[in-house]
Amino acid sequence: MNFELTKEQLMIQEMVRDFAEKEIKPYAREHDENSTFPIETFKKMGELGLLGIPFPEEYGGSGGDTISYAIAVEEIGKACGGTGLSYAAAISLGASPIYYFGTEEQKQKWLVPMAKGETLGSFGLTEPNAGSDAGGTQTKAELVGDEYIINGEKQWITNAGYARQVIVTAVTGKREDGKKIITSLIVPTDAPGVKIRCDYDKMGVRASNTCEIVLENVRVPKENVLGDPKRGFSQFLQTLDGGRISIAALSVGIAQAAYEKALKYAKERYQFGQPISKFQAIQFKLADMAMEIELARNMVYKAAWLKDNNKPFGKEAAMAKLFASEMGFRVCNQAIQIHGGYGYMKEYDVERHLRDIKLMEIGEGTSEVQRLVISRLIGC
Amino acid sequence: MNIFVLMKRTFDTEEKIVIQDGKIQEDGAEFIINPYDEYAIEEAIQVRDQHGGKVTVISIGNEEAEKQLRTALAMGADEAVLINTEDDLDELDHSGAAYILAEYLKDKEPDLILAGNVAIDGGSGQTGPRVADLLGINYVTTITKLEIDGNNVKVVRDVEGDSEIIETSLPLLVTAQQGLNEPRYPSLPGIMKAKKKPLEELELDDLDIDEDDVETKIETVEVFLPPQKSAGRILEGELKDQVKELVNLLHTEAKVI
Repeated sequence: MNFELTKEQLMIQEMVRDFAEKEIKPYAREHDENSTFPIETFKKMGELGLLGIPFPEEYGGSGGDTISYAIAVEEIGKACGGTGLSYAAAISLGASPIYYFGTEEQKQKWLVPMAKGETLGSFGLTEPNAGSDAGGTQTKAELVGDEYIINGEKQWITNAGYARQVIVTAVTGKREDGKKIITSLIVPTDAPGVKIRCDYDKMGVRASNTCEIVLENVRVPKENVLGDPKRGFSQFLQTLDGGRISIAALSVGIAQAAYEKALKYAKERYQFGQPISKFQAIQFKLADMAMEIELARNMVYKAAWLKDNNKPFGKEAAMAKLFASEMGFRVCNQAIQIHGGYGYMKEYDVERHLRDIKLMEIGEGTSEVQRLVISRLIGC
Repeated sequence: MNIFVLMKRTFDTEEKIVIQDGKIQEDGAEFIINPYDEYAIEEAIQVRDQHGGKVTVISIGNEEAEKQLRTALAMGADEAVLINTEDDLDELDHSGAAYILAEYLKDKEPDLILAGNVAIDGGSGQTGPRVADLLGINYVTTITKLEIDGNNVKVVRDVEGDSEIIETSLPLLVTAQQGLNEPRYPSLPGIMKAKKKPLEELELDDLDIDEDDVETKIETVEVFLPPQKSAGRILEGELKDQVKELVNLLHTEAKVI
């Protein structure tokens, strides 16, 4: 048992913290207000190799581990929740499926530029009637000759407006038991018939690019099938397992930001002749916040460590995501409470943290779905 | 070109300093590369990229300094040397540090040595110039620009806000001032490669240095924190009386006039 980060992990933490403090945090409020995607930041992160952390060097990555990746998500998310979400989605949802399920040719073509930070990719799973319930998937792909013709609609797709390609799940047939066969297909965003609109007006993570995709007779060659054409469903479940670690790490980052602001404010704010941090009511809030963040971070590291050591991590990833997102909501809420009226003002940023963290309880599987995942894995 | 950088591991400037028993407490504090040394490392890498050669970063300290050396390697330095004095010395001042560095450098034929203008902890600004003096080479302090053409060097030096242009030649030691460059972030591939780059660890014995050679010449009399800023006072009454009282207080209490 060893709770110490390695020298590389510490160096990555220091570098990303430094980078996020200088290059992301100062613009977070502006991107939140205008709901603009910080594409320039992503270019810089790409140059530093941040978009390729968990991928090997032969695919343009940095050869880092999942723990390093989780550390990076936390630090970026601490500076700006929206940027953190887009960063996590670019790696966990955009690039990882191609790394895990792609052919060598697909990896060279699609993964390498993503890992190098030259392009972004998206993952198109959610539809108006399907998210966690994949059985509701209505997007269809029909094999005609050597091409799939895809028709359907995807929604809430992160980074799609800046993506070179989207991995789309589509129904390609029915199994003998009547269940739908889901296939993952790599769809270039410039293919004829692909329409992407990014005008959602979101509550939080507003710096993150979120889009609706309409697919109308989109033709892709059958080489664009990702992985096993009959196992699209289990592939995206695996993809989401990994994604949950990053959403948990992002929750820890946002919570840490809110906590640090609350602690600083409590020490500076004088009422009744002393800083409010001297009042037990406030002290206990801060103690709870510090404790919950630490516990969540430990769970993130554990899930990441299991993944790095090729051990089953699905249950721990779900636990980390569930606990970290719910504790993050509590922490951000209490951070506003400690700030009192000032916390309700945008100027103090804590209200942004609360709006940002709310998504963590919803995206990549709601808290309810996490409980479902955990309950199945403990044998209910 | 054979380039060396003198680097010190120091307290993070954002750390709160705690003094206990006349000593600064280091437990739990964050340590960083001395910020001025970061400019030196960046400049060394840029000079190497332009003129070729090798950048070696040297630090004196204990094994904790390996992290800062690895960071310098991750930024792009080629090799690192740690002169570990933990077992040999309890304290070390700038004259001792300069002696150790000069002993290490004397047979390395350096073309260019870069250091920070001061370390943000001790703040003496002496180590660099002393090393140059011991090696018998030219030095220029607080530089903000460095141009090398063959053996000729043109340096812009910050002199209390003004600039002085100096022409000199290699071999040369310079100390870096803020504004010399914008230090890069160590990239992810850089960090991963850093662990495979050579990091040599030496002790005083390896350099044939006796403990007496580096005995400190400085005696620390007292260590204390600056006094806490006390609350301001607002004078009351007629403006005329306030002015009178203010002048009076500046005379008698603040004793500034």
